[in-house]
Amino acid sequence: MIINHPILGPRDAQEFVYLGDAALIDRPDGMTDGIEAFHTYAYLRDNPAGDHRELWYHEQGDRSWLVVTRNTVTHEITKVELARDVARAMGRST
Amino acid sequence: MTQSNRISGGQIDRGQTLRFTFDGQGFTGHPGDTLASALLANGVRLMGRSFKYHRPRGPLTAGSEEPNALVELRSGARREPNTRATVAELFDGLEATSQNRWPSLRFDAMAVNDRLSSFFAAGFYYKTFMWPRSFWEKLYEPIIRRAAGLGSVSREEDPDLYDKGFLHCDLLVIGAGPAGLMAALTAGRAGARVILADEDFRMGGRLNAETFTIGQVAGADWAAGVVTELATMPNVRLMPRTTVIGAFDHGIHGAVERLGDHLAEPAAGKPRQILWRIYARRSVLAGGATERPIAFENNDRPGIMLAGAMRAYANRWAVTAGQRVAVFTNNDDGLRTAADLRAKGVDLVEVIDSRKGDMIVDSRGRLGLKSVTVQDSKGQRRDITVDALAVSGGWNPNVNLYSHHRARPVWDDTIVAFVPGADGPPGLTVAGAAAGVLSTHGALRTGRDAAIAALGLTGAAPDLPEAEDATPRITPLWHVPQGKGRAWIDQQNDVTVKDVKLAAQENFISVEHLKRYTTLGMATDQGKTGNVLGLAVMAELTGRSIPQTGTTIYRPPYTPVAMGTLAGRSRGAEFKPVRMTPSHHWAREQCAVFVEVGNWLRTQWVPKDGETEWRQSVDREVLATRRSVGICDVTTLGKIDIQGTDAGAFLDRVYANTFSTLKVGKCRYGLMLREDGLVYDDGTTARLAEHEYVMTTTTANAVGVFRHLEFCRQCLWPDMDVQLISTTEAWAQFSVAGPNARNLLEKIVDQDISDAAFPYMGAGNVTVCGGLRARLFRISFSGELAFEIAVPTRYGDALLREMLARGAEYDPVVYGTEALGVMRVEKGHVAGGELNGQSTALNMGLGKMVSQKKDSIGRVLSTREGLTDPEGYRLVGVRPVDPAARLTAGSHFLDIGAAAVAANDAGWLTSKVYSPHIGSDIALGYLKAGAGRIGQRMRAVNLLAGQDTEVEIVSPHFFDPEGERLRG
Repeated sequence: MIINHPILGPRDAQEFVYLGDAALIDRPDGMTDGIEAFHTYAYLRDNPAGDHRELWYHEQGDRSWLVVTRNTVTHEITKVELARDVARAMGRST
Repeated sequence: MTQSNRISGGQIDRGQTLRFTFDGQGFTGHPGDTLASALLANGVRLMGRSFKYHRPRGPLTAGSEEPNALVELRSGARREPNTRATVAELFDGLEATSQNRWPSLRFDAMAVNDRLSSFFAAGFYYKTFMWPRSFWEKLYEPIIRRAAGLGSVSREEDPDLYDKGFLHCDLLVIGAGPAGLMAALTAGRAGARVILADEDFRMGGRLNAETFTIGQVAGADWAAGVVTELATMPNVRLMPRTTVIGAFDHGIHGAVERLGDHLAEPAAGKPRQILWRIYARRSVLAGGATERPIAFENNDRPGIMLAGAMRAYANRWAVTAGQRVAVFTNNDDGLRTAADLRAKGVDLVEVIDSRKGDMIVDSRGRLGLKSVTVQDSKGQRRDITVDALAVSGGWNPNVNLYSHHRARPVWDDTIVAFVPGADGPPGLTVAGAAAGVLSTHGALRTGRDAAIAALGLTGAAPDLPEAEDATPRITPLWHVPQGKGRAWIDQQNDVTVKDVKLAAQENFISVEHLKRYTTLGMATDQGKTGNVLGLAVMAELTGRSIPQTGTTIYRPPYTPVAMGTLAGRSRGAEFKPVRMTPSHHWAREQCAVFVEVGNWLRTQWVPKDGETEWRQSVDREVLATRRSVGICDVTTLGKIDIQGTDAGAFLDRVYANTFSTLKVGKCRYGLMLREDGLVYDDGTTARLAEHEYVMTTTTANAVGVFRHLEFCRQCLWPDMDVQLISTTEAWAQFSVAGPNARNLLEKIVDQDISDAAFPYMGAGNVTVCGGLRARLFRISFSGELAFEIAVPTRYGDALLREMLARGAEYDPVVYGTEALGVMRVEKGHVAGGELNGQSTALNMGLGKMVSQKKDSIGRVLSTREGLTDPEGYRLVGVRPVDPAARLTAGSHFLDIGAAAVAANDAGWLTSKVYSPHIGSDIALGYLKAGAGRIGQRMRAVNLLAGQDTEVEIVSPHFFDPEGERLRG
């Protein structure tokens, strides 16, 4: 596969490490949310046949975490974003 | 032997004679020959024995789809089994051997299987080798493997080099027949970067095997002319002898280029094969088509081959398959073989055209065809004496690469075959016969159009030369109505019409079941000649159409790939990269023993003269360290520089304990959890300045922890002011431990490092040896007064030698990972065996380290009920009651007198060492409710090692439990 890195352009997927569902960005608050919320966060994943937003890490590159929107059936990649931008857009800050 | 079947013409170099052997007998051929064409030229048609029934077989085809003529090539370490004689390029001195026969090809004792064929019908494995279960591994499998194997490997290391490479292009053209050549020519003249790959050593595809003309010249000459033009274009790369084995995602194709297979040995220093990864913006699949047989009784005898193959042998290789030849066809293309052979002066006895109601119903000739039985439309039978028979059941487009992304081909009634549909790999266009366009003109036209469309060309395209444009005419005939005998469908796997009938009868009618029940299409040829025939028979038996019956799809590789090619240079010592520590060269000089730790090679112990057993060295290293001073290279531990105004707050989030309160110039043990609440990693982290920390990780998790921290920084808290960089390889770091550690380092470090100036858990920047920048940490893994000192990596070797020289009066010892392990177990520190990814801080006795006052990764889930059981596993120390008794890591705790069954399992030993101080084996372990069992006796049981040892449960701190030494 080829991932079109938003900063570095098209790169072979072999340069990256895959983590999984980009929902991992949406971490509950460790002081206000409880075990239930963290259980959902840590364990429950959708398994779509189709578009999937997922985290890839450019380990043999610039160390960016990316959110890649990939069709799990065709492997077509329709969008690649910096995870940091996605996190900020979700309201994450410090 | 003379080349008795050599006829006129052909694309061979008769001016040069090549000598080769087959089963020890000498033959001759010419450059341009394949092993199969040369053997056929010499009148040899028996080339192998079939997989299951050991039936005598000759070549069915003249290409890579060959199911029968599998041979071993070369000898010694270069011996290679299961190569197809039909694509093995002849060279002088080639040694070939038949396989899957004993004692000889002509007399094969295993051919008894053929007599017993009724026992070996489809599914016989599943029915016969069921019971008893204990026979599976020991009896059935060895027997089956011995009986059903093909060739054998040399068992010697492959002396040749294999490489990998990367190529990029605008257009990859797969196949250099008329369609591929036209596509490449169109794209090449337009200036595009083109790669033209073909599995054959001579480009031209079927044009080399036919007598067609293109424009005013012979097809083969037209092809040669195009290749010559393409070769002059700097933007075109011609890759003959290159098989594109797979179409992968986003235009990435795998290809195997055979650079040395046609030579006795690859050129000096050159690889034999290269596995290419080709990045293509667009690709054109012009892989041609494969002819299929018609099933009739005993249709597998040597001398019976596909009509197109027989034509190729005659036209390209100037070989006739026999002296008296017949043709059996259900389509017009088969008639071409008759015409071409006649033109070559071969005695063409008869054409049996099923469209006229004539059929071949049987054949004779044990080791080679002697006659066939023809049945005419009135049912009259007669035998005709022939030694070769050409069979054509129509052509199947080579849709393989098109369906590598799971696209299913669609049925075309006109050519009676599956053709590519619309849903192939993005960017891949199919042209020519592969697209179901079977005429030469059609191939040229679709090849040109495919290149124009793929590249969006708007300028002038090459003119299409005149070429034959016959409409294929075929009336399907899959198998001749059957009598008692067997009619082969898949010759490589010995699948017959009867087997398909049996599968249908037993309701294995889905194509996927049919394939697995009968093994149809599962062999190395992936059913290239047999699959569609098998489907057609199944369709007929179940009253469905072929498209209703469906088709299995194809997977990479298109043709078999040697394991060595896939491995490339990653074998032996070069299997993976090796990371060497800064003390590596010193350790080599001392003949140290090394151990692989991930990619690192670490010193395991350093034997001294007279030490014959590893324990002698390790015990000495431990005792010397605890007596005076020892030095250990700990560079492999991960080091991460963490800087920024939020560095402290960031560490509070990623560690279970608190770091923002750590004073500058101090370090602290840190425990890192995963979000699920289990322990991920540990290490010490020092605060070097207000906004600067340096973290250490375990060797094993150095990469993972860094990745995790970047995740936390970028994805969870994107606005924290914190920057990370891995400095694992920037600093050479040594542990200096033992009562004389400070005394030794005082001779190295320029600053005051007295206990007052550099107390326990102190950390800071210093200089050594008169000004070299260094970092000093007063931390201890061994329980001794200890420091870790770091210098820029390039000074690591010098620092070690300097410490040994300047500290000689303290008789310093360099210790390896074994002694390190002994001392940490003596001290009760957790490491790999305990940090096993399944354990909590509570299990390790470190529960209080998880701060509940702040949000940190893993805190919430570490409080889950299942992880906080007061009766759960706790870290304990273990020593045998009898000091002479041995312990084994992995042994399980059982109560005295309890049966050794899982229900009584109370935990296990995680790490075990021999402690020279205690004078016995000691171990750490996780024991249920372990904290309350200190002082009790239990058993450590290891059924695999046959050990059942009475042990005492003790504190994990075997040595200096009060920590007086390390604060000294």
